[in-house]
Amino acid sequence: MAERNLILAFETSCDETSVAVIENGTKILSNVVATQIDSHQRFGGVVPEVASRHHIEWITRCIDQALAEAGVSYDDLTAVAVTYGPGLVGSLLVGVTAAKVVAWAHNLPLVPVNHMAGHLYAARYVGEFKYPQMALLVSGGHTELVYMPREHEYEIIGETRDDAAGEAYDKIGRVLGVNYPAGKTIDEWAAKGKDSFHFPRAMEKEENFDFSFSGLKSAFINTVHNADQRGQKLDKYDLAASFQQSVVDVLAEKTMRALDEYPVKQLILAGGVAANHGLRSRLDHDMQKYHPEVSMLQAPLKLCGDNAAMIGAAGYINYRNGDRAALDLNADPGLMFARMK
Amino acid sequence: MKVLAIDTSNHPMSVALVEDDQLLATTTLNMVRNHSIYLMPTINKLFELVKWAPADLDRVVVAQGPGSYTGIRIAATTAKVLADTLGVGLVGVSSLEVVARNVLPNSEQVIVPFFDARRGNVFAGAYQWKDGQLVNVIKDQHLAMATLLEQLKKVERPVTLVGHMTTKIAEQFDQLPANVTLAPRAYSIPSTYQLAIAGEQLPVVAEIDPFVPHYLRITEAEANWQKLHPGEAKKNYVREV
Repeated sequence: MAERNLILAFETSCDETSVAVIENGTKILSNVVATQIDSHQRFGGVVPEVASRHHIEWITRCIDQALAEAGVSYDDLTAVAVTYGPGLVGSLLVGVTAAKVVAWAHNLPLVPVNHMAGHLYAARYVGEFKYPQMALLVSGGHTELVYMPREHEYEIIGETRDDAAGEAYDKIGRVLGVNYPAGKTIDEWAAKGKDSFHFPRAMEKEENFDFSFSGLKSAFINTVHNADQRGQKLDKYDLAASFQQSVVDVLAEKTMRALDEYPVKQLILAGGVAANHGLRSRLDHDMQKYHPEVSMLQAPLKLCGDNAAMIGAAGYINYRNGDRAALDLNADPGLMFARMK
Repeated sequence: MKVLAIDTSNHPMSVALVEDDQLLATTTLNMVRNHSIYLMPTINKLFELVKWAPADLDRVVVAQGPGSYTGIRIAATTAKVLADTLGVGLVGVSSLEVVARNVLPNSEQVIVPFFDARRGNVFAGAYQWKDGQLVNVIKDQHLAMATLLEQLKKVERPVTLVGHMTTKIAEQFDQLPANVTLAPRAYSIPSTYQLAIAGEQLPVVAEIDPFVPHYLRITEAEANWQKLHPGEAKKNYVREV
């Protein structure tokens, strides 16, 4: 029997303190997530210094609980994996510092993980990865199409030029009086309305695979403000449905076009916005219709948000490919996959 | 007792390994402020030099703030995670007290360590040697440099200011009050040997989990929110999901 690989994984890139124990890159023995959402809701968005302060309050509780729930001790571990970017620098530093200390104290290899690769590997808990592969990664901070010719190789072929999709949800949410994070509520409202406002689909017809959501956001805000000035009250369900339809159209159409150009075996949908039901069902539909030859893995709903289980799965792949960080590992808030020319 | 002492509160970064009052090894860097890069390699290097394994450690002593928010978080995270993961004692000491300990025991003077807190403000406290013990006489706080000097003028005994007098802080006043003198610059560099000795005498924290840096200031966002929502602040905003 092959030796059991156990990774202790850390994720603190934004407003979740999370520590997990993962077996052989595919089995979650524990995944402790402490969320700060109730704190940042007071401010209408994540305040970096507040986030950093919460992380340090929770880090040792999360470590101890992750080990206890998994029923393992430090002696059983194979490696320590940690998100070192992208994200908020102060938040990242708590996880990076903690991971370095644990790795040093117990003489374990330290494996650096890109947070976006982590999101992608949330889908690994659904099924096996096949290459070449394409991923649509959508979250509050990122919207990108990533091409993977083989394991451990990532190339961005398209990304947002302004707001990330999740960011646009939060901004229009504010206009509708929905507190951060607005995605879930807007998604629910959208299901009850219809696309009657026909907001613009930015860059939909352009040849590249880049996205833009700031024009849509402005069109949305102008529509609501103009109605307000006329003393008119617009239907919030129709507004949500129209906004979401525009976002989903652009994401789905660009993804289908990317699959036309890059013959891949599998499509991955991951990131916080991957929890959006409108997007999930649209991709299900489009994939059957246009690319039935390509299999699809959608990250499980409860692993779409930030968590250390996904970092452990990506960390396992990095470990297997020889990635090691030294004790001088630093947070890299602007870390990105390479962009394909 | 084998003690590791860490201070990354401000520009200097200092680490010491001390065994039963004796300094075995120490390193202080005072270059760029990138403690995240240099702290663990420095700790590792010193352990190798004195031939300690991490598991040999008995206690971690850390300068707990005030200071740069990021700086005190790096030291406090390192210290609390190390103490937790090795199951050893943890002690926090005021970062201002560490600097005050650079001044020779002398019952006459009041020692006032200070750190630049930007915008004309400082973190400062007052300490005094009494019967060989350094005692805190005015608690560490965040205040304007001008306010601090006004208060020190009223102290009817000699005061020694210890800290790095940056141009920005010096701009906040014309001259020091007659009873106040500024210690030479060298006194403002923290000694983690002193920190370790102070920490050896103190009881270890009862619980490691709630250990956090002494920021001495709530965040601006929090302060604004509290102004708009008096009495609504909760004790805990973080929950497990």
